[in-house]
Amino acid sequence: MNQENPMKAQVLVEDVWKSFDRGRIEVLKGVTLTVPEGQIVALCGVSGCGKSTLLNVISGLEEVDSGNVRVSGHDVVHESTRIDLLRHHIGYVFQFHHLMPDLTLAENCLVPLIAIGGNRADGLARLQELATATGIQHRLTQRVRDLSGGERQRGALVRSLMNDPELLLCDEPTGALDESNRSRVFDLLLELVRARGRTLVLATHDPDLASRCDRTLKMRDGRIEGETHG
Amino acid sequence: MIFTNLRRHRVRTAIGATGIALGVATMLSVVGLLGGAVKMFERILRSDSQVVVFEKNVSDLFFSNVPVEVVVELESQPFVKEAQPVLFTIITAPDRPVVTCFGIRAADGRLKKGEWLQGGAADFQDDGEGVILGERAADFLHAQAGGRIELGHGTYPVAGVVRMENGFENGGVFMPLLACQKAFHKEGVCSVITVALAQGHESSEVKAWMNQHHERFTALENEEFSRSYSQFKIMKTTAWVVGGCAFLLGGLSVTNTMILSVFGRIKELAIARVCGFSRGQLARMIFGESLLVSAIGTVAGWGLSSGGLYLLAMIPQLQGYVEPRIGWQEVVGAMALAAITALVGALYPAWYAANLKPAEALRFE
Repeated sequence: MNQENPMKAQVLVEDVWKSFDRGRIEVLKGVTLTVPEGQIVALCGVSGCGKSTLLNVISGLEEVDSGNVRVSGHDVVHESTRIDLLRHHIGYVFQFHHLMPDLTLAENCLVPLIAIGGNRADGLARLQELATATGIQHRLTQRVRDLSGGERQRGALVRSLMNDPELLLCDEPTGALDESNRSRVFDLLLELVRARGRTLVLATHDPDLASRCDRTLKMRDGRIEGETHG
Repeated sequence: MIFTNLRRHRVRTAIGATGIALGVATMLSVVGLLGGAVKMFERILRSDSQVVVFEKNVSDLFFSNVPVEVVVELESQPFVKEAQPVLFTIITAPDRPVVTCFGIRAADGRLKKGEWLQGGAADFQDDGEGVILGERAADFLHAQAGGRIELGHGTYPVAGVVRMENGFENGGVFMPLLACQKAFHKEGVCSVITVALAQGHESSEVKAWMNQHHERFTALENEEFSRSYSQFKIMKTTAWVVGGCAFLLGGLSVTNTMILSVFGRIKELAIARVCGFSRGQLARMIFGESLLVSAIGTVAGWGLSSGGLYLLAMIPQLQGYVEPRIGWQEVVGAMALAAITALVGALYPAWYAANLKPAEALRFE
């Protein structure tokens, strides 16, 4: 069981059940989880064990059948709360970058800023800072289709951090990359999160990557089976 | 985002805008052509007058019978400067079953506006039989001044040939009113009386006088007449219906474009939701794209129809018959229809985009 104080929890998941196909496929079966502020947590397990669904539930992208989910003290059940969380509190990185190929990297990264109607000058300054930190500042004006896989994924990482979220959710963020890029992007991810004191929940089936996190939760068949601390 | 999205999918944007452009062009062309035709017909009626007097409850002015004595009565009123009777008829000529014939008096101002090619105004006399031919009529009837021409059941001397600006008049025959009444067995009557007001007087005075003394007839200002004349109404309604159908097709094109646009970027829209876009923002984005496509199409369609009508008016055979006229009401109407089409066309795509489940959409292959 989790020992952290729920008051300081960044993520609080209580007895969450989630099924698909009208209840025929049960994916999450009473998951309970607390992630305190600043912690880096890896969700491990084989494909189909419920890692991605748990991340989607935490972000509010997927509605739960039952149970409670709170992020930064906000209940994610309500649509307005969900939008506010996605705009200001949660950043999301997927296995595939999901950048728009015919836009420049900068245009892609500014999409979250458009959603909140943020100040463009501030946004550009932040973009420059993040791009420099991730080493893609020289690629900002290029179209995504002209970038390498690693650069695209770093672009996706920058986009997820544009509105300075407290919580970063990453679903196999290096899963589509080759060996050298995988380690480079993961290093960068940990570095950015730790430097900013942000919380990271990461789904991976790579035990090496998981071992570098503060805490690893082992998932199996829709349940958290156990955990190890790094 | 709206501009960027349309720029990214130029071909799709162009197809959608073309659909609207064709709709707008068709509508403005048809409305413009018919509007021009109506204006020309109005000018035939008007001829320097402000009020038209005709018989009440007739479906067409050809069936209107107004006694010529009313002209005399009207001319004796202080508010009338001039009253002119006009008898509109259709007459047959060899190889020409339909020729417009205007039975008028020599004092009628319309012949003075023409350019005399043969003969002169003095050759057209109220008690004579000599007819004046419009330039085109003289051409297709192979007639010239000094000759004779077979019209209906009679033969008439050609007193002159005149070039008229108005296509209907240029292709018509001007016959002395008395001769025209005789030829059509309409002695003592005319179709309409055109009334020019004396300076400082109002059309309401003519209306009131007609109402008091000749209830069977009605007096309308030219504008009122245009609005109420059933033939004009039918023409205008037809134009808007045809244009509306063209718009419907344009609307389908926009709907199709927007549906393709949404279905083609389901993952992008899902990512936009993940980045914090609300359902409303996504819907507004789709509506905005549709409106912008429509606006581009409207401008293109306006240009297309203006150019097309201009070229049409340049064709020698159509000169005088086609008076392309696109008024601001037509343009505003087309814009409004285009905007409505865009909004209706984007309803389903916007609803679909707004209700997209991001997690599901990102799994979508």
